[in-house]
Amino acid sequence: MTAIATDVDTSPTPPLPRRRSRLRRRNSLIGWSFILPNFLGFALLTLIPVVTLFYLGFTNWNIFGTANWTGLANFQRLLGDTTFHTAVLNTFYYAVLHIPLTFVVSLGLALLLNTKLRGVAFFRTAAFFPYITSIVAIAVVWNLLFSPQYGPINQLLHFVGIANPPTWLQSTTWALPATVIVSTWRDMGYYMVLFLAGLQTVPRELHEAARVDGASVWQRFWNVTMPCLRPTTFFVTVMLTINSFKVFDLILVMTNGGPGNATLVLSQFIYQTAFVQNQFGYASAASIVLFLICIVVTIIQFLINKRRSA
Amino acid sequence: MSAITEPATLQRSLQELAERPPERDGRAPRSRGHRVARVFGYIVLVIAAAALLVPFFWMVSSSLKPANDVFSVPVKWLPQTWDWSNYVNIWTHSNIVVWIRNTLVLAVAVTILQVFTGSFAAYGFARVKFRGRDALFLAYIATIAVPWQSYMIPQFIMLSKMHLANTLWAIILLQAFSAFGVFLMKQYYETIPEELSEAARIDGLSEYGIWWRIMVPLSVPAMASLTLLTFVTVWNDYLGPLIYLRNPDLWTLQLGLQTFVSNQYAANYGLMFAGLVISVVPIGIVFLFGQKYFVEGIATSGMKG
Repeated sequence: MTAIATDVDTSPTPPLPRRRSRLRRRNSLIGWSFILPNFLGFALLTLIPVVTLFYLGFTNWNIFGTANWTGLANFQRLLGDTTFHTAVLNTFYYAVLHIPLTFVVSLGLALLLNTKLRGVAFFRTAAFFPYITSIVAIAVVWNLLFSPQYGPINQLLHFVGIANPPTWLQSTTWALPATVIVSTWRDMGYYMVLFLAGLQTVPRELHEAARVDGASVWQRFWNVTMPCLRPTTFFVTVMLTINSFKVFDLILVMTNGGPGNATLVLSQFIYQTAFVQNQFGYASAASIVLFLICIVVTIIQFLINKRRSA
Repeated sequence: MSAITEPATLQRSLQELAERPPERDGRAPRSRGHRVARVFGYIVLVIAAAALLVPFFWMVSSSLKPANDVFSVPVKWLPQTWDWSNYVNIWTHSNIVVWIRNTLVLAVAVTILQVFTGSFAAYGFARVKFRGRDALFLAYIATIAVPWQSYMIPQFIMLSKMHLANTLWAIILLQAFSAFGVFLMKQYYETIPEELSEAARIDGLSEYGIWWRIMVPLSVPAMASLTLLTFVTVWNDYLGPLIYLRNPDLWTLQLGLQTFVSNQYAANYGLMFAGLVISVVPIGIVFLFGQKYFVEGIATSGMKG
């Protein structure tokens, strides 16, 4: 029994203090030896860069020369930078459209798939296809589907009697909603699976009881399904929010921020400032803003969730 | 972090979900309203399935059309003449062989590293108790809320200083140590009864032995999920290669196709679509074979409350 080295100590008498501290040291050693291979990579590529970010953001570093501490100068510049303002506004606009749309569509599909319709297994497979398809393929195909004159989408809209369909990606008004449509199309299978897994945990007896009490479908959805689904809806909302604020590759390949700056988002502003204009210090300041937005929004969501479950 | 769904229950119910035969209704006489709801459900399902699949269908059919037929009014959903030449020409008109080779090297290397280090670390987090463990795990989890885009600059600078930018190593390091893998494996390990390892420990197996002889064989489904998800992520990754791989000989499939596409836009759509199909099909096949593990992996990762 001396070799026991886990938290579950089944020996009836507690070990002597000396032995216990040796045991603890041994456990620490074993534990760290397991974690270390992964942790080295994780620390080097994630933790250190995150910490360094908060230094770089206060410097004027470009790849040439040295980094000089410039205090809050970068942030003051951000405050007056209209391109940055556009990027932030577009990012929020994207999030405001994308979060509720994807939430409702994927929850709706999950509810539908949770019923006993035929073909459900096939549909689940189909819904997942966009999620595993590369951004490049998605962007190219949808760009052409959205072509104003000869694209299938506008041909369809003409067919159903819409005389002047939007010019989609060539229009400053419609380009961003078009990217939202594509990203919802891509993501809904993923979130649908999360919801579907959550729905399996809703006890069937509760539904039966509510039905016996005469609750309508609508009442049962709001008073039985939704409360039971709360852990899932919370997780989905958090993921959707983070993914919306960091949106980048899809927009980069679909519109490259255009037309004009109509679809320029925060991540792309960071990318351009750093890797095209070589202003790494200034771009780091914008990265700090992105970092803080994501962290603050996540914390707020955690607090709301905590209060609701209390 | 409250109300964690029991992973075992969920796993089971998902399995039931996957294996449940389509039930025919015929048990109780259905009301008229119920029938209307069913018909409505089917209509929604068919429309949604069409919306999901038509872009893929169009992509494949366009790759088989002569260049001028891709945009025709009205839309031709099927090619009038089946033109396979695009699939022959793409191999000589582009560097696609090099791109596929690079992508495969990356995907395989990252997946092996991720599955190995991820499951190894997960054992430490799930089964060995030591000071600082929970704080460390929290740090891992917290980074899931931190977008890569916000720290890609310091990371790029660091890897450049280590002379790893513009090498495949950069992408391997970048992708191989994600918190997601550790999290997924830890979730699964916690569903394996402690008594098993306890018994092995009494028989004199070391912790490393328990991991290798007991946990690894028992967690094959979770490892399959992680393998598939990692492989697909690396295969489809665009941003990492875009930032790190400047040398055309190092380009991945996504990066190569994107450049190819932007050069081809006015020239030859058919060829471009053939390239896209070639990039999508392997993943589609992988997905169809491992669908169960995909879905379970995603569902498990969503179970933190």
